[in-house]
Amino acid sequence: MNAASHWNINSIRKALETKQISARELTTEFYSRIEERNPELNAFLTLSPERAFAQADRIDGMRSRSENLPPLAGVPMAIKDVISTRGVRTTCGSKILEHYIPPYDATAVENLERAGAILLGKTNCDEFAMGSSNENSAYGPVRNPLAPDRVPGGSSGGSAAAVAAGLAVGALGTDTGGSIRQPGALCGIPAMMPTYGRVSRYGLIAFASSLDRIGPFAKTVRDVASILGVIAGSDKNDATSAAVEKADYAAEIEKSVSGTRIGIPKEYFSEGMDAEVRQHVEAGIKRFETLGCRIVELRMPHTDYAIATYYIVATAEASSNLARFDGVRYGLRVESGTLREMYKKTRGKGFGPEVKRRIMLGTYALSSGYYDAYYLRAQKVRALIARDFAEAFEKVDAIVTPTSPSPAFRIGERADDPLKMYLADIYTVTGSLAGVPGISVPCGATREGLPVGLQILGPHFAEARVLQLANAFEEDRALAA
Amino acid sequence: MKISKEEVLHVADLAHLELTDAEMETLRTQLDAILNYVDKLKQLDVTGVEPMAQVLHAGAGPEATLRDDSVRPSNVAGSILEQASGSKKPYFRVPRIIER
Repeated sequence: MNAASHWNINSIRKALETKQISARELTTEFYSRIEERNPELNAFLTLSPERAFAQADRIDGMRSRSENLPPLAGVPMAIKDVISTRGVRTTCGSKILEHYIPPYDATAVENLERAGAILLGKTNCDEFAMGSSNENSAYGPVRNPLAPDRVPGGSSGGSAAAVAAGLAVGALGTDTGGSIRQPGALCGIPAMMPTYGRVSRYGLIAFASSLDRIGPFAKTVRDVASILGVIAGSDKNDATSAAVEKADYAAEIEKSVSGTRIGIPKEYFSEGMDAEVRQHVEAGIKRFETLGCRIVELRMPHTDYAIATYYIVATAEASSNLARFDGVRYGLRVESGTLREMYKKTRGKGFGPEVKRRIMLGTYALSSGYYDAYYLRAQKVRALIARDFAEAFEKVDAIVTPTSPSPAFRIGERADDPLKMYLADIYTVTGSLAGVPGISVPCGATREGLPVGLQILGPHFAEARVLQLANAFEEDRALAA
Repeated sequence: MKISKEEVLHVADLAHLELTDAEMETLRTQLDAILNYVDKLKQLDVTGVEPMAQVLHAGAGPEATLRDDSVRPSNVAGSILEQASGSKKPYFRVPRIIER
């Protein structure tokens, strides 16, 4: 499809080691692709060439001294604009942070650079990661590289589009209710949400702290596994990061999946799903059967309550997290005579419609008289949803579902109906609420050529197993093609 | 109707959001629809269910992740203040809040 898209982590490593290309040349190649495609796609909001070329020169220096190259040496990557990058503007897709320059790096970013990755720039997203289409960015929508009149999904739409269009080899996104997996599905690339606690969130600008996770996009499951291997791990700066041993994911993915028990929850295959999505996901389940997996039908009875639970829990946390944007310490300030007026005017001007809507809903759900009826009740239903998963994983090793009920929709098609937009997350919010890991892998395309994603969910900290299944699926599809 | 205009005004005030009249009316209609949808949570019997306040899996801690509360050097005050509108070292500045 394009000149840059044949690169993957392995081919970059070989090309660097055999001196076919330098990291500087590779970086230049990617920036020229970005220059060519980004005006149309709007995937990148800010480029960081100074930082990228300084890193490329470090890698080239190591090559000229014949030093061992780190695992992601020279790999051009993109970072969602809700993740802090020292000295590089970080807007969260919001006008309120239009000129914000973080004084420090997120741990995930630091880990990527230490592993040799080249950070090309920051990617567009729904404002404060709130959305499923990327249309809620204050800097304009991202276009789906496979169908430019359609959305790339959201909220990490810029990261997904950048990788799918070959403007980066890998990218970081964040997933709160589906914001990595759904754009991965809509753009036709693998995209992973790790277990809650697996990747440090230090430096991630918070949306909903009990749900937010950082995870990778790439063109192949193998590359997703390699990036996860670099960003996973506990972090002294994030008390919600888990001190659980990580695996060598890239090595683990080769293991056989024969005998794996895969649960198919009936509730994920009821009405509301696009017919072609259903057809491809069902064919995907058959593929797992031919790979030697055992298919087990499951019931997860609280699935139907997940969207309602999610939109109370997530908005309540957002209303609290976003209280910090008040014009005092960073970001936009609208001057006013009194402090209270300054807060209100700053926030009224700085936030877009979806962010306001969610702050309002969350504030309402937490307010006196409604807390028990909404927030507390949602927290209890969340426990029931988590219990559905715990019980399922006593019977099966993984769960397979569609990632999104429909393929990429047209820009503007759902913009006026927030509730309809929220329902785009119907298959992804459950795993978010339960804290388990999940990946979306491409499983086909509609007659119009729009990609369909299949979601694989696993028990807490079972990323290796999820990746094995995804890799076996991807390899088998490639063989069949 | 789940939410009145007065309630929307009250919540906007709690959330420190200045809204135009048009925004207020759109939000009222949209919040109303969302709250009606969310009402399905009331169908479930949650008697005796503990609210899920901790997401980190039991196998992960959280005691495993707690560190000593020790003082470490940090030299970011300058760069943090640079981000603040109208700051004057070593202070953030806001409109006057105390009557003289």
